[in-house]
Formats: sequence, C-alpha cells, structure tokens
Amino acid sequence: MEVAPASSAATLSRMRILVTVKFVPDLQSQRSFTDGAVTRTGDDGTMNELDENAVEAALQLKEAAGEGEVYALTVGGDDAVAAVRKALQLGVDHAIHVSDAGVAGSDVFGTAKVIAAAVRKVHEEDPLDLVITGMAALDGLTSMLPTALAAELGWSQLTLASGLTVEGGAASIVRHLPDAHETVSAPLPAVVSVTDEANTPRYPNFKLIMAARSKPVATWTLEDLGVDPSSVGAGAARTVVVDASPRPPRENRVTVTDTGEGGVALADFLIERGLA
Amino acid sequence: MTTVAVLVESRGGEATQPTHEAITLARTLGTPVAVWLGAAPDPAQNARLGIHGATEVRVVPAAEDARQPARAAAALAAATADADIVLMISTFVNKEIATRLALLTGAGVVVDAAGVELVDGHVETLQTVFAATWNVRTRIAAEKAIVAIRPNTTLASPAEETGAATTVVVDAELPEVPEVIASVEPVPAPEGVPLAEAPVVVSGGRGTNGDYTLVRELADLLGGAVGASRDATDEGWISHEHMVGQTGTTVTPALYVACGISGAVHHRGGMQASGTIVAVNIDPDAPIFEIADFGVVGDLGDVLPQAIAHIEKHRAG
Ligand SMILES: Cc1cc2nc3c(=O)[nH]c(=O)nc-3n(C[C@H](O)[C@H](O)[C@H](O)COP(=O)(O)OP(=O)(O)OC[C@H]3O[C@@H](n4cnc5c(N)ncnc54)[C@H](O)[C@@H]3O)c2cc1C
Ligand SMILES: Nc1ncnc2c1ncn2[C@@H]1O[C@H](COP(=O)(O)O)[C@@H](O)[C@H]1O
Repeated sequence: MEVAPASSAATLSRMRILVTVKFVPDLQSQRSFTDGAVTRTGDDGTMNELDENAVEAALQLKEAAGEGEVYALTVGGDDAVAAVRKALQLGVDHAIHVSDAGVAGSDVFGTAKVIAAAVRKVHEEDPLDLVITGMAALDGLTSMLPTALAAELGWSQLTLASGLTVEGGAASIVRHLPDAHETVSAPLPAVVSVTDEANTPRYPNFKLIMAARSKPVATWTLEDLGVDPSSVGAGAARTVVVDASPRPPRENRVTVTDTGEGGVALADFLIERGLA
Repeated sequence: MTTVAVLVESRGGEATQPTHEAITLARTLGTPVAVWLGAAPDPAQNARLGIHGATEVRVVPAAEDARQPARAAAALAAATADADIVLMISTFVNKEIATRLALLTGAGVVVDAAGVELVDGHVETLQTVFAATWNVRTRIAAEKAIVAIRPNTTLASPAEETGAATTVVVDAELPEVPEVIASVEPVPAPEGVPLAEAPVVVSGGRGTNGDYTLVRELADLLGGAVGASRDATDEGWISHEHMVGQTGTTVTPALYVACGISGAVHHRGGMQASGTIVAVNIDPDAPIFEIADFGVVGDLGDVLPQAIAHIEKHRAG
C-alpha cells in the first residue's frame, strides 16, 4: 500500500484513525450456526483476518504522519473483546468494545448505526480523519457495512481500496473492479475499506503482546452511545435467518493416482458426466 | 401482482447473461421489469429482455453516474418506486448500490444469494456460507426486498409469453456526492466468457509454475474461463481479474477444474459451491482432494495434455 511520502508528513500533522475490527469464527475451525446466528465463542474466534489489513493501513498512515492515534473498535458479545486485544497486539493505541444485549441479532444497518454512534463519540472529543474497515467480514462476506457506515455518518465513502494516500485534507484510493481500475478521491473525514492487496499486515512482537494484556479496553453500552435500543438488534433487523444447516458432503468422490493413464481417467470422467 | 425490478448489467451495450438469468428468476416471483442505467439500449436488447419476460425497460439516462454507488442507488430508487422486489447481480459494486438503495427505501437486503422464493408472501433467499459448507435461508422482514443474486444460479429461459419490453424513460434527481472519480482505466475484457458467468472454470495455481498454456487449452476445449489462485496472481503470472476465492471472484460453474492448487480455505470460499469439482495435484494430501468429486494425483504437465488429447479424440468420434 502507498502511504504519503515522508516529505508530506509534516502537512498531515496528526493522523487520527479509527479501525473497525470484527470478531469472527476462525477460518480453520468448524464454523456453524446456533439459532440463526453465527456461533461465536472465545476458543474458535478471532479478529477477522481482513481487518488486519485495515489495522496495518491505519498504523502505516500514523507512522508516516509521525504523530496521531489509532483506535480499534468492535461491536459484539463478551468474547468479541478478543478482536480489539488482537489489534492492541498489532500496535493500535486505544481499544473500544461496544457490548450490549440489545445489539444481538442486528442486521448490517443496525450494526452500522451502533458503529456510527461510537465513531461520533470519539470524533466529538477530538476529530478523526478516517475510519478504516476491512473489505469484508469472513463470516458473512457481505461487504455492506463500510457503505452503510459512510451513509450513516454522512462521510465520504472510499471502498475497496488496494492503495490509499492521504494528503491535504483529502484521501485518494485505487480501486480494482473487474471492468476497470478507478482512482477516487474525497475530502476527509472518510470511511475507507481496504482490500487484502493494500498491504502486508505486520506480526505482533513480544513487547506488544505483553503490553496489550494490560492495556485498558473501553466498554460502551447503547446507553453510553445514546442509541435507542429499539432502532437496533433483532427487533429492528430487516432480515432474519430462518434456517441454517450444514451442506451434506459430496458423495462418491473418487481419487486416482496417475500411473500413466491419469489424463485418460480424467477425460473419461468428464465425458461420462456430459461435461466434455 | 408483485412487481420485480431487475437492474440490468450491461457490457458493451449488451445485457449480460446473468441479467437474463435474473429476469428468468424474476418471472417466478412476479412481473419483471428491467431497469437500465445509461444510454437507452438498442431495440435488439429490449427484444432479448422481453423474450426472458421483461414487460418494460425503464431507462435512467445516467451513464457516468452509474459508477457512483450513491448516485446509482438514487437513479434506481426513482425507477423502482413501485417495485416490491429489486434484483441485481451480486458484484462488489452492486452490493454497495444495494446498501444505499436499502437506506433510501427501508428495504431489507440479502447479497450473494443463490436463490429467491416467495414463502407465505415473504421473500426468502438461499445462500451458501462458510466456504459453501452451510446452507442458509433468510427471510426479508421489510416490506421491500433487495436481493443480489449470484450468476449461474438460475438457468435463463424464454418466457411463455414474450414481454412487450417497451422503453420508459425515468427522470431521476441525483444527489451531489463528495467522491470524485479522478480516473477510470478500463480492464481489457477477457477473451470468451467472463469468469463469474462461465459454465466451466479451469484454474491454475502455484503448481503451474507460471505456465498457463495447458490450463488455457483445457478451458478453451471445455468452453470455459481461466481462473487462478491468489498465489498465482500475486506472482504476476496472470492478472488479478482471474483470481478465484473469497477476496476474488466467487464462481459457481457446473464444472470447476483445479490444477496445481492446494485448496486453501480462502480459495475454497470462492468455488466450493460449484457443481462438479475436479482436481489435479501431485500431492495426495492436498486439501483440494477433500472436496473434489474426481481427483488425479499426478503432475499437471502429464495429466492435462493426455486429458485434452483424449477428449479431442472422443469428440472426433
Ligand atoms: C486474507 C487472505 C485472503 C486470501 N484470499 C484468497 C483468495 O481469494 N483466493 C485464493 O486463491 N487464495 C487466497 N488467499 C491465499 C490462500 O491462503 C493460499 O495461499 C493460496 O490459495 C494458495 O495458492 P496455490 O494453491 O496456488 O498455492 P499452494 O498452496 O502453494 O499450492 C500449490 C499446489 O500445487 C501443487 N503442485 C505443484 N506442482 C505441481 C504439478 N507439477 N502438478 C500438479 N500439482 C502441482 C502442490 O502440490 C500444491 O498443492 C488468501 C490469503 C489471505 C491471508
Ligand atoms: N460487528 C462489527 N464490529 C466491528 N467491525 C465490524 C463489524 N461488522 C463489520 N465490521 C467491519 O466492516 C467490515 C466489512 O464487514 P461486512 O460488511 O460485514 O462484510 C469488516 O471487515 C469490519 O472492519
């Protein structure tokens, strides 16, 4: 990912960035549903892998500016605190966990409302330049939250950035779409979502891991945020999961070892199935 | 009667195959109308949309603005005020348009759907999640529904009664937006069928060592598109547009052939819902074999040329 060159860092002065990080089931774990919701437990849960790119983007921008603060924010149940702890290990300065029974069952619009309220709370104390999100949460893969959040905040929307530069009160991104590569810019504050092409996330070092253990995590409720509980949560959700079931494994799978006729076997399989 | 609006995806002035699939699907839900953002389509396009069942083609003359999600959503809102359901193709940009449209209209949204049904007067969608290891059914509780549907999940077919597909021009007032698109660099259209829409995908990974000749040959022979793993696109062996996986393109072809691809969970997330999965890999322990209907443990340099020759021989009779 591109960051502003060091020479322009002076004009950036202080970069204040909030990164959203989601607590999701580990990709390698047996992921499942319970009562229409993704099962999220501390053991198998982790910070959404794609949010590592968001954290990295924020840290790089702050480091290039030379001064600033990075906040990590998660919305979720008790276990979700693990997501912001991971962000602390990577080097963010502050962690916020919005936890409230009223949030459970929210759809993307409810979640965006809650995140927007938390962003505003931070922004009102001391203005933020950017909110950076991952491109998708690897549990639902909807990629809708960044757009919903930008709309909710009324901030600029710069989504799917594979490159990001910030200069002179504006952010500019490169966005790789299937039909075209776009360069899009917009005034700050902006909501930016970054792809996994944007950078290579760092590993936490021992010192940061130790320090993260004792760093405080601010825990906020809907009341702290002034969010009306009836406007979020399951009751306000516009979509409801009515059924979730594991797909049956593929049956009659065949594996052959090539001893000189592997290609013929493959061709015959395709021909038999009417695929070649 | 339920009005179902379908956002047309067009390429070079032509509605894409997934658009015709979506209009076919719309027929099972109500009365389809097509919405075309941009310059008015030519009569041949209207006729094709009509064949699949569109009763009307609503044109919002907003070509350039269609690249701005907020403006596209406003244009779509103006054209679909009477619609109970809005269908679109599940692409990254459409997910953004769907989100904005839902905020304008109060609709409920499902993206990446593999199917849509009306159940007791409610719109319900089917999705596969967790690298296609789970099926999920979602009910849209809001009055209006927006569904972004994956290509290749409905078979496009002509309607019993061809729609008139008359053109109606819709005026829309589009909001000012803070984002400025400074440049648009077109990506050359792929030869043959685009990856997301292809009925057959032949993918190559690190095991190709950068040589896509055999992969491409097999794809051409089967009338398919060429896909790749992230490692291959990262190496610069093939362009990013070919990447299959959860951060690349999600594909659900009738046949997926993975050559020299280990089958990492990130890759599986983008192809595991395919019809038939075939894998060629020299490592018998490669995870791709866990999900392959037919696997060959072998060197793709030996297996692919032999398979190609055998299929050619079979076809020649
Ligand atoms: C956040 C994140 C997102 C990601 N998103 C994606 C994504 O969307 N799509 C994606 O594909 N990856 C994605 N990845 C990368 C993914 O984790 C794997 O690293 C990648 O898919 C591996 O590519 P590969 O299978 O080509 O390479 P490898 O894993 O190296 O596998 C190569 C395979 O080729 C076999 N092979 C070698 N030589 C031959 C031969 N001559 N003949 C036959 N077989 C041979 C080997 O046995 C091996 O199994 C993502 C990673 C991260 C961290
Ligand atoms: N509950 C949440 N808490 C914090 N961040 C979230 C949450 N849900 C989504 N996000 C952010 O939004 C991005 C896109 O998520 P999604 O739209 O759900 O695919 C993620 O990568 C996160 O950065």
